[in-house]
Amino acid sequence: MKPRFSILPVLYLAFLLIPIYWLLTMSFKTNAEIGGQLTLYPHHPTLASYRYILSEPSWFWGYVNASAYVLLNGLLCVSVALPAAYAFSRFQFFAARPLFFGFLAFRMLSPAILLIPMVQLFSDLNLIDTYLAVALAHCFFNLPIAIWILEGFISSVPRELDELAQIEGYSFSRFFRKILIPEIAPGLAVTVFFCFMFSWTEVILSNALTTIYAKPIGAIMSRVSSVFVANVAMLSAAGVLTLVPGILVVILVRKHLARGFSLGRVDL
Amino acid sequence: MFSHFQNLKAYSLLTPALLLITLSGVIPLGFVLYFSLHDSFFGNHYIWVGTTWYEQVLSSSEFHAALARSLGFSLLALGIQLPLGIAIALKLPTEGALARIYLIVLAIPLLMPVIVVGYIWKFMTIPGIGLLSGMVEAGLGQKYDMNNPLVVWITLLLMDTWHWTSLVVLLCYAGLRTIPGPYYQAAAIDGAGRWSVFWHIQLPKLKLVLLIAGLLRFMDSFIIYTEAYVMTRGGPGVSTNFLSLELIQTATIQFDLGEGGAMAVIYALIVVVVSWIFFSRIVPPKERGRTGAA
Repeated sequence: MKPRFSILPVLYLAFLLIPIYWLLTMSFKTNAEIGGQLTLYPHHPTLASYRYILSEPSWFWGYVNASAYVLLNGLLCVSVALPAAYAFSRFQFFAARPLFFGFLAFRMLSPAILLIPMVQLFSDLNLIDTYLAVALAHCFFNLPIAIWILEGFISSVPRELDELAQIEGYSFSRFFRKILIPEIAPGLAVTVFFCFMFSWTEVILSNALTTIYAKPIGAIMSRVSSVFVANVAMLSAAGVLTLVPGILVVILVRKHLARGFSLGRVDL
Repeated sequence: MFSHFQNLKAYSLLTPALLLITLSGVIPLGFVLYFSLHDSFFGNHYIWVGTTWYEQVLSSSEFHAALARSLGFSLLALGIQLPLGIAIALKLPTEGALARIYLIVLAIPLLMPVIVVGYIWKFMTIPGIGLLSGMVEAGLGQKYDMNNPLVVWITLLLMDTWHWTSLVVLLCYAGLRTIPGPYYQAAAIDGAGRWSVFWHIQLPKLKLVLLIAGLLRFMDSFIIYTEAYVMTRGGPGVSTNFLSLELIQTATIQFDLGEGGAMAVIYALIVVVVSWIFFSRIVPPKERGRTGAA
C-alpha cells in the first residue's frame, strides 16, 4: 500500500536536519560571533577552525586513528562472525541456544562495566595505545550483533543451495565466497553499518585504551573542551568532520538499507 | 542426540568467535567478578570479602536512585520513540529519489559520535545564544533554565529521540517492505480501512522488528553515558546521574574497584534478564531447528 503524502516525515526530516545545520553554521563562525548573540547564519564566515584542525597533526591524526581501528574492528567482526553465524544457522549442536544468547548478552553490556578490566587486560598484553586494542575491545559489542544479523540472513537462504554447491564440487570456502556472500549482501552491509555505528561513535573505551599515538578524535575533542573554556567554533568544525565517514558509509550501503534492516528475520 | 560430525563441524566454525569473545568479553567480566568479591590494597593486594560489596551497593540509596533514573529514562525513551518510529515508517515514501534521500538523512544521526551529539545539544541549549534556548526564550518568554531538572530531562529525551528514533524507523520501514502486495489487495477487497489494515496486517508483521527495536533501544538508552555526561555531568544536583555515570564515577574517580565491580555485576545481571525476556520472544526455541524455509 502506497503511503499518501504526509507532513510527518517532512517535519521529522526538519527535526533531524536543524541541529546539523546549527553545527555547520557554528563551525563557520568565530567564537566571538557565537558568544555575542544568536545569529541564524554566519555573518562573518571563516574557515579558521577547519584550517586549524587540518593543519594540526594531533587533530588530523585523531580522524586517521579512529578510522583505523573502526576498519580493523569491522574486518575482524565480519570475518569471525560469518563462520559462526553459519554454524548457528545450519547445525544442531550441543548448547547451541544458550551459546547464541550468551553471545548476544555481551551486546547488551555497557562499556562502563568493562572499562577498568579492559585497561588492565590490554596493558598486561602490552597493547595499550594500539589500534588492535580498541578494535579487539569493541568486539565484545560488535561481534554478537554481527553474528545475530548474519545468522538471520543465512537462515533465509535455502539449505538446498548448500547441497547443490556440494554436489557441484564447490569447496567450503569457495561456496562462501561465490554463493553465500553474494546472497546475503544486504546482511553484510547492515552488519558493517552496525559495527560502524558503535565503533566510530564510542568514546569511553577508545579513550581509556589509548594514550598518545592512537587517540581518536572524540578523545581529543573532550580534552580540548575541558582545557580551553569551550572553544565552540573549533569543536563544531571537528564535529562536522566526524560526519564525513558516516555519510560515506551510508552512501556505500544505501542500496541495502531498506532490505538489510529487516535483519533477515521477517518470516515470523 | 547431536551427531559427532555436526558438533565437531559447528564448533570448529565457532572457534574464532569463541576466542575473540573470550578475550574481549569473558576475561574482562571475570576480572569484574573477581574485583567484586575482593578488597584491594595498593592496587595489587586482594583480600576475599565475600558479598560485602554487594550488600553495600544493594543497600545504597544512591544506587537505587541511579537505577530508578536509568529505568525511567529508558521507559520514557521507548514510550516516545517506538510509536513515533512506527508512525514515521508508515508514512515514508517507498520508492524514488525522495525515498533514498530520506533513508540517508535518517541514518546520519546514528553514525555521529556520541560526544558530538552531546556537544550539539549542549550548544543548542546555551542560554541566550543557543538555537533551541533562543527559540524557547523567544516563544515562551521564559529563560531556558538548565538548572531546572525537568528542563534538563526534557532536553536529554529530545536529544535521545533525535539521535535514535531513526533506528526504529529504519527497522519498521524494512519490516513493512516485507509485507506482500496481495495482503493489501485482499484487505482492499474486504473494504478494510487504514486503521484495520494497520491493526490486522501491518502491526502483526512488525511485531518482530519492534521487539528487536525495543531491545536495542532499551539497552542503548539504559547504558547512556557520554551524551548525558557532556550535557549535564549528572546535574543539576544528581538529577541526571544515570547508572553508567555512577559506575564510572565509583570505579575510576574514587577508584573503588570492589564497589564498582559489584555495581557492574548487578547492572549486567539486570541487563541480561531483560534481554533474555526479549530474546526468548524474538528467537523462539522451535526456530533453531527450522530447515531454511523462509
